[in-house]
Amino acid sequence: MSQSPLPPVVIGAGPAGIRAAVTLARHGLSPILLDESPRPGGQIYRQPPAGPGQRSASELYGFEAAKATAIHQALAPYADRIDYRPDTLVWNVERGALDLLSNGRTATLAYHSLIFATGATDRVLPMPGWTMPGVFTLGGAQIALKAQGCGIGSTVVFLGTGPLLYLIAYQYAKAGATVAAVLDTSAFGLRIKHLPGLLALPKVLAKGLYYTAWLKAYGVPVYTGITPVRAEGNERVASVIWQDSAGRQQHTACDGLGIGYGLRPETQLADMAGCAFSFNPLDRAWLPDRDSAGRSSLAGVYLAGDGAGITGADAAEVGGERAALALLQDQGATIDPSRVAVLEKRMAAFVRFRTALLQAFPLPAARWAETVSDDLVLCRCEEITAGDLRATVRKDQPRDLNRLKALSRIGMGRCQGRMCGAAAAELLAHQHGCAVNDIARIRPQTPIKPIPIGVTPENTP
Amino acid sequence: MSRLIEADVAIVGGGIVGGSAALFLARAGKKVVLLERDRCGSRASGVNYGGVRRQGRAPQQLPLAQRSHALWGQLPDLIGEDGEYVRSGHLKLARSPQDMAVLEAYAAQVADYGLGLQLLSAHELRQMFPMIGDKAVGGSLCPEDGHANPRLVSPAFSRAATAAGATIIEGAPVSEVEQTSSGFRLRSVAQDLTVTAPVLLNCAGAWSGALAARLGETLPISAAHPLMAVTEPLPAFLPVSIGVEGGGVYGRQVTRGNFIFGGGRGIPHPVSGNAPVPDFARPERGALVNLLQQAAELFPDLAGATIIRSWSGVEAYTPDHEPIIGPSSTIPGLFHACGFSGAGFQTGPAVGAVLADLVMSGQSVTPIAAFSADRFR
Ligand SMILES: Cc1cc2nc3c(=O)[nH]c(=O)nc-3n(C[C@H](O)[C@H](O)[C@H](O)COP(=O)(O)OP(=O)(O)OC[C@H]3O[C@@H](n4cnc5c(N)ncnc54)[C@H](O)[C@@H]3O)c2cc1C
Ligand SMILES: Cc1cc2nc3c(=O)[nH]c(=O)nc-3n(C[C@H](O)[C@H](O)[C@H](O)COP(=O)(O)OP(=O)(O)OC[C@H]3O[C@@H](n4cnc5c(N)ncnc54)[C@H](O)[C@@H]3O)c2cc1C
Repeated sequence: MSQSPLPPVVIGAGPAGIRAAVTLARHGLSPILLDESPRPGGQIYRQPPAGPGQRSASELYGFEAAKATAIHQALAPYADRIDYRPDTLVWNVERGALDLLSNGRTATLAYHSLIFATGATDRVLPMPGWTMPGVFTLGGAQIALKAQGCGIGSTVVFLGTGPLLYLIAYQYAKAGATVAAVLDTSAFGLRIKHLPGLLALPKVLAKGLYYTAWLKAYGVPVYTGITPVRAEGNERVASVIWQDSAGRQQHTACDGLGIGYGLRPETQLADMAGCAFSFNPLDRAWLPDRDSAGRSSLAGVYLAGDGAGITGADAAEVGGERAALALLQDQGATIDPSRVAVLEKRMAAFVRFRTALLQAFPLPAARWAETVSDDLVLCRCEEITAGDLRATVRKDQPRDLNRLKALSRIGMGRCQGRMCGAAAAELLAHQHGCAVNDIARIRPQTPIKPIPIGVTPENTP
Repeated sequence: MSRLIEADVAIVGGGIVGGSAALFLARAGKKVVLLERDRCGSRASGVNYGGVRRQGRAPQQLPLAQRSHALWGQLPDLIGEDGEYVRSGHLKLARSPQDMAVLEAYAAQVADYGLGLQLLSAHELRQMFPMIGDKAVGGSLCPEDGHANPRLVSPAFSRAATAAGATIIEGAPVSEVEQTSSGFRLRSVAQDLTVTAPVLLNCAGAWSGALAARLGETLPISAAHPLMAVTEPLPAFLPVSIGVEGGGVYGRQVTRGNFIFGGGRGIPHPVSGNAPVPDFARPERGALVNLLQQAAELFPDLAGATIIRSWSGVEAYTPDHEPIIGPSSTIPGLFHACGFSGAGFQTGPAVGAVLADLVMSGQSVTPIAAFSADRFR
């Protein structure tokens, strides 16, 4: 190890990364904070582009306005200590250094210690009609509302599962859109069954119940235990066909549809760095291994927030601070043990809550894989259908997603499997009659997001 | 349950070379067992650039390349699919008058082999291929060279071999190999499998040296890792596969529109592994950025395009960059086919056919004397 360690690097300026950077700064370190977005806040506290006509925090973030503002302002007191670099994509990790793309220039940044706080994005299960104009992911629907101030339609349906379904429906209804239906694939009974776990965080539960009650009070139809059938329309989505919990076909007219089945952690960078991974049956995803403080399997590499397993924004703040303290501890700094105890206790409650939540809103994977029709496009980048995948399975019996990718091109397009990976994994596992953890995961390839051929290395004039 | 298979021919390695050998031998009626440690066509043969090119090969490789050229022409009959093989032409560019002189000398040297090379002046080049930037001062076109999709072609050779009656066992790393009085005994502990055969074909790619070493023979094989990248789909702009005299960058555009290009070297993966030949390879940042710059220089229109992926592979190299093909001079019944030094995809089908010749008749129809391992002694 060198005598003067390099500044710690934090990737992601969402709640986890911001809390991590601030904690490091408060303890006298000068971290570098990297984020590909133009402004701090991450997914949930995403800020609209700077400029005139800004809406107020309470308009944008509702109940979370105070937290959002706190996160947005958290960096300011440490501006001289935190080297915050927005608009900076980390596109590669290799042998102890990161590659950064900013303004068409690429630069290499060596690190000794690193916190991944890369967050999560929507998890999608395709349905017939999902590639039609007017159909968005839930995240896309929320960004359209928050960042651009316009929604995905005037009469909208939200379909999928998870708490975000209700939150986004609420946000749309409040913003004046007609929410024609909230269609949840999870049965209501599951929520009752997992109520004890959900009570680990009574305030969060109360908020969730509030959104649901509000939607009911304002006449928004909410259906649980549904099965999606298809989205229909000519040039644009005009209706959603679905089956109610009694198996009856229903039809809901709309001009915008948001789909989402919970979130999937952004783990490619941790994977490239060489962190050990295990399959997590709750997330139905491969997650980097970590201890309760956020230490990965690699010395000097830490994980915080949704990028290491979906636990939500409040937990991300706690996890970010805890990971930073672990980093400080490992570097020999003195930290306040009582603060560690408080954080660990809060994190334990988040974990209980998360466990119940993921069970109350499960991914309807088996049912989807069983019923998905051959002509359904799973990968929109490469236009690969479920039938193409099934044909590849019959021909070559791929036992692993990477082989399926090599032969069928699924996951080879622009999104590199970020959108279609979950669906491909479920279908492959179903075709083999094996568990989804038995088919490996797509190996990440650099660059993790597209970079221009015309990039200039930083040291060129 | 432990298994014993007695075969006429045992093959180690299910790349394009082993797959093709299995296909031709099974068709000739031999009882063939092929052991592949991973999946067939998952290594160099499945991740290469896909160049099906004769132009630029040393004259002694051209009979082999010509035999392969004929086989590529019958690909659907051979493997049951077209593998996206197209005879797009291969255009080798010169970036200086000196490089052009090299291309001219090569064209003269190989004039008798029937490649049909056409030398292009700067003016002709601009007229025929206006998308090429002004870095190029001329070129040499081989109209019947082309490219194919290695991810599809290479596994298909093994599938076709299976259909022809070969026994192909995947997930079967050969962990022990020994000479016996009647030939060879191979063990794959992972499969609890033993294979015996009087004839053994070493088609283990970059790992061929390790296999030979276990039988007491030294082959001068080292591994290196060609670097590749691919753009998102672009409007059709490049009808021909491109190479450059002196190297640096090469590229082709596939029907879907993606531009696939290569040049420079990746690094072993995992990095910390200290095996002489790594299991995998991955890109290296400096080489990748350099490759992007070279591509942008050659094709100015590409500067705004984005790459969506890059990768590398583990390829076997020999000191003189010519392959090792033929019988072992120390161990009877053992044949090597390895060390293709970045160019064995085009020749792979013919190398399999040559191995079948050697097994069936003790002689290759195609001259291979230049590829004897003895040249390194
Ligand atoms: C649509 C949507 C709505 C949500 N609503 C709620 C809610 O109401 N309540 C709740 O508790 N949770 C909600 N969540 C979840 C919430 O967003 C997360 O729990 C929270 O944002 C996690 O914080 P984080 O810091 O871990 O990650 P994020 O907030 O996602 O931040 C990660 C940051 O990392 C950056 N990043 C990632 N990869 C790279 C890279 N390679 N290079 C550079 N930067 C990178 C991203 O740009 C991003 O800014 C929502 C999530 C989504 C997608
Ligand atoms: C990135 C890249 C680009 C290239 N571009 C081109 C090109 O454009 N044109 C061209 O002609 N050539 C190209 N090549 C070279 C070409 O791919 C190779 O020469 C050719 O594929 C070699 O085939 P092979 O069957 O010998 O090797 P491989 O495909 O590597 O097959 C060897 C097989 O042996 C198996 N094996 C090894 N050890 C054992 C064991 N102990 N037990 C069981 N199985 C074992 C391996 O798993 C592997 O599948 C390129 C190579 C690379 C890596």
